[in-house]
Amino acid sequence: MPLDQSFVGRSWPPTEPYLVGREKIREFARAIGATDAEYHDPEAARALGYTDVVAPPTFPVAITMAASRQIVNDPALGLDYSRVVHGDQKFAYARPVVAGDALVCVNTVDDITSRGGHDFLTTRTDVTTEAGEPVVTVWSKLVQRGEEA
Amino acid sequence: MGDVLEPQTFRVTRADLVRYAGASGDFNPIHWSDRIAKSVGLPGVIAHGMFTMALVGRAVTAWAGAPDAVVEFSVRFSRPVPVPDTDEGTEVVVTATVKDVTEDGHTRLSLTATCNGDKVLSLAQALVRKR
Repeated sequence: MPLDQSFVGRSWPPTEPYLVGREKIREFARAIGATDAEYHDPEAARALGYTDVVAPPTFPVAITMAASRQIVNDPALGLDYSRVVHGDQKFAYARPVVAGDALVCVNTVDDITSRGGHDFLTTRTDVTTEAGEPVVTVWSKLVQRGEEA
Repeated sequence: MGDVLEPQTFRVTRADLVRYAGASGDFNPIHWSDRIAKSVGLPGVIAHGMFTMALVGRAVTAWAGAPDAVVEFSVRFSRPVPVPDTDEGTEVVVTATVKDVTEDGHTRLSLTATCNGDKVLSLAQALVRKR
């Protein structure tokens, strides 16, 4: 069953603020092998102009992937997650995420297309502080593979 | 223009995928269970696409000089990265070429990532702020 085209342009209410912990950034940095001091040591990060340890560029997905369940778990959309693969990923940064940030996500369906029996869903998550300061915008394109004939 | 930056090689093992699953919250079983991965037509456990992108991000921040120098970062996942259950795992090799300078003065890096000689990303690029 194709995805419901009427979802294009739809946005969801802002998520509850996600409090970015210093240990979560350290854990993420360790998991990707990022050993530079600004990811681990608050003093080193402050010396470089950050307010606390800074997150690696792909860290926001740890927040937005959970937030975008608002979209992908909506039964009306018709997404079968067992047939989904990750197609594209894009980040546009206003500034890096730092420990102590309280971040709010607003999810929007940017696009739904079908091609060659596959469905393509592009979601956009605008990540801001609680005061509305832009931090990063995250786009994910998910591919729902066609069912085997 | 056209400058090629020093390629970077990253080793990826099953233990890395387990650690990344916990750190990122992505517990999709195709990244830790051969049984499930094979049941959906994969050769076996594959790396999280976002783990591969994170390794490319490490190379980008190393070239850029700082994490806040990265303005935009985008990839397309074109092939999976199979990770065998061995001590050696597999290797991902990341390269970058300076493409152009945008009107805003940002440097555009064209990125590649290969595993066993196959390109696992396409349309991968980063915009880096001049420091």
